[in-house]
Amino acid sequence: MPDLESFRAETREWLEANCPPEMRKPVKDEGDIYWGGRNATFKNDAQKAWFEACRDKGYTVPEWPKEYGGAGLSPAEGKVLRQEMAKIGARPPLSSFGIWMLGPALLHFGTEGQKQRFLNEIARGEIRWCQGYSEPGSGSDLVSMQTFGEDMGDHWVVNGQKIWTSYADEADWIFCLVRTDKQNKYQGITFMLFDMAAGGVTTKPIKLISGNSPFCETFFDDVSVPKSYGEDCPGYVGEINRGWDVAKYLLGHEREMISGAGGGDRTAAIGAAMKRNAGELDPVLRAELAQFDVDALAYTAMGEKFLDELKVGKAHPAQPNMMKYAGTELNKRRHELMMAAGGSRALEWESEETGGGKPSRNWLRTKANSIEGGTSEVMLNVISKRILDLPGA
Amino acid sequence: MPLYYDDDQAMLAETAQQFMGEEGAIPKQLRHWRDRDCKDGFGHGLWKQFAEMGFTGMLVGEDDGGLGMGHVEAGIVLEQIGRNLTPSPFLSSSVLAATALKHGGDDVRGRWLPGLIEGEKVYAVAIDEGAKHRPETIACRAEKSGNGFKLSGKKDFVVYGASSEMIVVAARTSGSDSDTDGVTLFAVPQDASGMSHDSVRLVDSSMASHVTFDGVELDGDAVIGEVDGGREVLNAMLMAGRVGAAAEGVGVAQGAMDMTVDYLKQRKQFGKLIGEFQALQHRAAHLYSEVEIARAVTIKAAQLLDGGSEKADLMASVAKAKVAKAAGLAVKEGVQMHGGIGMTDEYDIGLYMKRDRALQEFLGDQYYHAGRVAEMSGY
Ligand SMILES: Cc1cc2nc3c(=O)[nH]c(=O)nc-3n(C[C@H](O)[C@H](O)[C@H](O)COP(=O)(O)OP(=O)(O)OC[C@H]3O[C@@H](n4cnc5c(N)ncnc54)[C@H](O)[C@@H]3O)c2cc1C
Repeated sequence: MPDLESFRAETREWLEANCPPEMRKPVKDEGDIYWGGRNATFKNDAQKAWFEACRDKGYTVPEWPKEYGGAGLSPAEGKVLRQEMAKIGARPPLSSFGIWMLGPALLHFGTEGQKQRFLNEIARGEIRWCQGYSEPGSGSDLVSMQTFGEDMGDHWVVNGQKIWTSYADEADWIFCLVRTDKQNKYQGITFMLFDMAAGGVTTKPIKLISGNSPFCETFFDDVSVPKSYGEDCPGYVGEINRGWDVAKYLLGHEREMISGAGGGDRTAAIGAAMKRNAGELDPVLRAELAQFDVDALAYTAMGEKFLDELKVGKAHPAQPNMMKYAGTELNKRRHELMMAAGGSRALEWESEETGGGKPSRNWLRTKANSIEGGTSEVMLNVISKRILDLPGA
Repeated sequence: MPLYYDDDQAMLAETAQQFMGEEGAIPKQLRHWRDRDCKDGFGHGLWKQFAEMGFTGMLVGEDDGGLGMGHVEAGIVLEQIGRNLTPSPFLSSSVLAATALKHGGDDVRGRWLPGLIEGEKVYAVAIDEGAKHRPETIACRAEKSGNGFKLSGKKDFVVYGASSEMIVVAARTSGSDSDTDGVTLFAVPQDASGMSHDSVRLVDSSMASHVTFDGVELDGDAVIGEVDGGREVLNAMLMAGRVGAAAEGVGVAQGAMDMTVDYLKQRKQFGKLIGEFQALQHRAAHLYSEVEIARAVTIKAAQLLDGGSEKADLMASVAKAKVAKAAGLAVKEGVQMHGGIGMTDEYDIGLYMKRDRALQEFLGDQYYHAGRVAEMSGY
């Protein structure tokens, strides 16, 4: 395909000219990730330059249409860009729940007005979104959620509580599941969009075992949510009382993202690096690392196959669940082995040598991978039901 | 290149699935020959049909009368072979031996390829010396003698060796046993004097030989490729064979899994279908994900091999190891979830377990290949 090869050459040249050397180093922790939003600050000039170059080129969301802030790349071109970025170790210029979750849902269910407004804001890193799904009584059994919106004609008055809302304290807007019909479990939920600065929204950070506080309890106390933000731009996605469809569709994209299917650190082989760090490896640990690397390299191929198939509609619609299950279990194993190879040094919680306890904090953080976005057990339930078609699943 | 079948490959997959599902089915081939205690372990009639389908020479170049296809295509056929447990010399003859022969000169190719393509002849490969696959060490020796060579030594696990018209033998022509260099490949005809077979039936009903070479006289034109330069050809064969064995293993895994998932939907206990028990659902779902991953990496390895990538060797080992894990899990879970009936000879699930065991050992088991992945990665 000559076209693709010339695109590859152009891309290489563009990356060479625009991706600063600092942005070609692996992401070490949350601080290295640029999330965008109203209050965003850049860690350094390189991060800013890289983000702005990508934003202007549509490369924060390369495969979204141009009119919504993307670059309109075909699946094949998108893959080439990913490959070329991976080759030089380029970081994602912008990360956000808008890109991974809300964006795809809007592309599928949104009105033209919603797409024009919200997708462009996401692509340009202007608005940072958080996800209001889970509640204290509704985790795996999400559809039992109770947060209620009372219909007041042109708006709802929302009351209730969400929990585990990642970055709620830093987000600008929330996409939120709100019950609008108490009689109807599945067809009584509306997928609302509203500003976290609205009156009656409060957040309370929760501290994780890793010591960080990336998520919150989120309280809604008579929050007024407009039904419309202007012409052709409703305050909800899809239809009223049909938000569960949107919620599920979005979960597919969330799971795809958490699965690490796109490659990168989460799925790379680690044996060689562990040997460099640890010197001699215990033979049994070496064997475990080798087994891990087999699984990791095989999973990387699975990620490639999954994304290729997804882009052309060949993937089973429930396949993101399998990817999430396999990818997150792999990532947990990866960090177990890194801790084992790291020895007592990896136990340090605050030392400079460990960048403030990165090995142990990252290890602990990965334990959430098989919980957030749907637990491994729930993934297995979904595979049983939707892919294997097992009875009563 | 996207990591899924293109239109032609998808069509081949459909053809192969239909053909193998009918002609290569368990009652028609595996059980048929096994129950008659067939000394070949496979049916020559089916091999002829393979030729008519174009399978036998699919990896052979078009100039030599083959189809000039790649390892993705060979893998497509092998997956169906695995799924139906079809006994055939395809992997040995059309993948391993054919890969070696492709490296031969005009004489060698002209002498052996037409018979393979036409399905008239069956070839075997003799690599292992001992019960485990350790191709780094080759002790079997071919000494220069007149215009040719004199071959002495022993080989093991020569699949369908006694039924083959020719055996590709990896032998040492110089240096010491564990040298990389000094290896030469020979095409040894079945009627060569001094070659003897101790042919044994394996757990999966296939036949394999312990072959003894007692001063077998070979012409110079028995050499495939360069004298002392056979390691490269051997490595090419091994990569092709490993990716092929992985593809067959994916088929075995899929076949065992399909049977098992079907059974979960039929068998009732405690007034319920056993597939309603979450303990079994989760194990089945886990198995599904392992089999999917195994297939992905197998196609990836085949694509890399076809593209001449330097990563092919690593990924061939990853694929062989990963498939061994996934297929091993599939057959073990398969027997367990069938309960007592899974232990009976009448039921097919046990046949999958047996074939998997043989495939696990063929061209290196998961431990060998995981070790290789570590070595190639630098630890
Ligand atoms: C780091 C992190 C970030 C998160 N971010 C967000 C966010 O931004 N927004 C948001 O809305 N939510 C978020 N979540 C919440 C997450 O989606 C839930 O934690 C998750 O869905 C599980 O719900 P739960 O915690 O109530 O566990 P429970 O549902 O109570 O599960 C407890 C255990 O029971 C098992 N279990 C439950 N049901 C079944 C079943 N049917 N079969 C078998 N086993 C079962 C589970 O697998 C689990 O092991 C986040 C969670 C974490 C850890």
